[in-house]
Amino acid sequence: MTARDVWPILLFGAVAALLPVFVTAGTLLNFAIFTLIICLAAQGWNILGGFGGQYSFGHAAFFGTGAYTAAVLQVRYGVNPYVTFLAGIALAAIVGWIIGFLSFRSGLRGSYFALVTLAFAEVFRVLSNAVEFTGGAAGLLIPLDARAANFQFESRGWFYLVVLALVVLALLMTRALERSRLGAQLVAVRENEDAARAVGVDALRVKLSAITLSAAMTGAAGGLYAQYFLYLDSTIAYGTWISVEALLAPIIGGAGTVFGPVIGAVILHTLAEVTRMMVGRIPGIDLVIFGVLLILVVRFPPRNLLAWLRGRR
Amino acid sequence: MRNFPPEIVMEAVANGLLTGAVYGLVALGLTLVYGVLHIINFAHGALLTLAMYAAWVAWAAFGLDPYIAILPLVPIFFVLGYGVQRLVIGPASRGEDSNILLVTLGLSILLENAMLAIFRSDTLSVQVDYAMEVVELGPMLLSFPRVVGFGVAFVVAAVLFVLLRMTDTGRAIRAVAKERTGAALVGIDVRHVYAVTFGIGTACLAVAACLLLPSFYVNPRVGNAFVLVAFTIVVLGGMGSVPGALLGGLVIGVVESLSGLYLGDSLGQLGIFVIFILVLLFKPTGLFGAKA
Repeated sequence: MTARDVWPILLFGAVAALLPVFVTAGTLLNFAIFTLIICLAAQGWNILGGFGGQYSFGHAAFFGTGAYTAAVLQVRYGVNPYVTFLAGIALAAIVGWIIGFLSFRSGLRGSYFALVTLAFAEVFRVLSNAVEFTGGAAGLLIPLDARAANFQFESRGWFYLVVLALVVLALLMTRALERSRLGAQLVAVRENEDAARAVGVDALRVKLSAITLSAAMTGAAGGLYAQYFLYLDSTIAYGTWISVEALLAPIIGGAGTVFGPVIGAVILHTLAEVTRMMVGRIPGIDLVIFGVLLILVVRFPPRNLLAWLRGRR
Repeated sequence: MRNFPPEIVMEAVANGLLTGAVYGLVALGLTLVYGVLHIINFAHGALLTLAMYAAWVAWAAFGLDPYIAILPLVPIFFVLGYGVQRLVIGPASRGEDSNILLVTLGLSILLENAMLAIFRSDTLSVQVDYAMEVVELGPMLLSFPRVVGFGVAFVVAAVLFVLLRMTDTGRAIRAVAKERTGAALVGIDVRHVYAVTFGIGTACLAVAACLLLPSFYVNPRVGNAFVLVAFTIVVLGGMGSVPGALLGGLVIGVVESLSGLYLGDSLGQLGIFVIFILVLLFKPTGLFGAKA
């Protein structure tokens, strides 16, 4: 990595860190925190899907594991929230490795991989809904105790800065990956797995590393979600909504680019807010727009659009 | 594990077979589209939900019995499916697998949430006088709508089989499924055949929706419950295999019914997902499919 690789990320972090100075309105900070959590989950998806070309439809499996681990260890065993947060990341990474090991070893690619990840997420959802350990259908409430030592903050601004720091860290890690040997091999696998194999890339190892890192990042997003909203149930933690969010943001913002997930998440959530302001709270209306946007982005790839604009000039 | 008297187990198996036939019908559309277009249609569940709402509206607004509603809904959904493939999925995908995945996902998000916005999340159902009627079969009491569903599902499968075997359209569909380029060279309009296939797949959903409605309910997420089941069936039966879809449907219906009996409702769904994952991991060509 060179300075040129790093300074746009640090600049983004510095500018975004100014937000709580100017904005104190709770709703806006709420919106910003939620969007940043999605950025983190989406960056996780981007590593596997964007750089590696393995489209997961079940990143909820990692998000939910990160979230539930953080919550269950705190509520049931009274473990320190910072420790449970890290444990959640670790467990999500392990779950990612196992799912990756099972599906990549069986040679699942493309649609089959998408299907199997979706099914894994659903298994977790059904289990967490049925088992008493995770609070069952009633969900799990993390007791409110707003102290920094408890990973809960009196002001939203502090939590915002913590989440932002983690997003910046994720951006730096993604940039480092992009510039690394592993990153190059990952892109090679995406572009043509057989050719990559032929020149000596260990495709299985590369994909396993990617899904593990990917799951850890999305798991971290889950842990932050639990820590911020202090409530979890099976449809929040393992629901399809987060699988879709994690996938949409990079696709809209540019899959396989470092800033794609951030751009996508900000576009999507700003759009959703604006729609809500304009037409009121009609349930589902924001997702209708997401769906249309997804189709349009695939139909008219922004890259082509940019090339077309340049060509006309 | 609890022991149940044989009549209860037998009734669970029979009910599983009845539900399984309708599952098979849902899977039939999916497998046909996969066999010909080689795409996994993630919008299948949302299209089923749409068909169920259409059948509900036909009943609520026009007083049409769901079984009668099959007649207008099949052509409507055929045209809808034709148009969706021709105007949305086809142009957007440009032949790339990942694009199709994303476009059909986008469609499903769009449809599902449009229905949520229109109908809200309330669960709706139709009231017909035969909903609670039962058919006696030996010691078993079987629900009348499910028996009808079972019969009609097989009729539809037979019609589809004849259509694929005996008509020019059917031959064209099979030709495109086998060898796209060759079919194009002998003058078959491949894009038209793609759209027709998608239309047939969607029309199957319209029938399934009308069969389900009298004994089931509809809400914006109802298709989701079916779509993973349908994927499981399609994978189990072998992607693209019509008899495989029907057989797979029956197997899955029985598995669901029995695991519901032994594990309870909330864990019962688990049986299907576990089968799904196992088949995908260890035999992705399916039990009846020849090649991937």
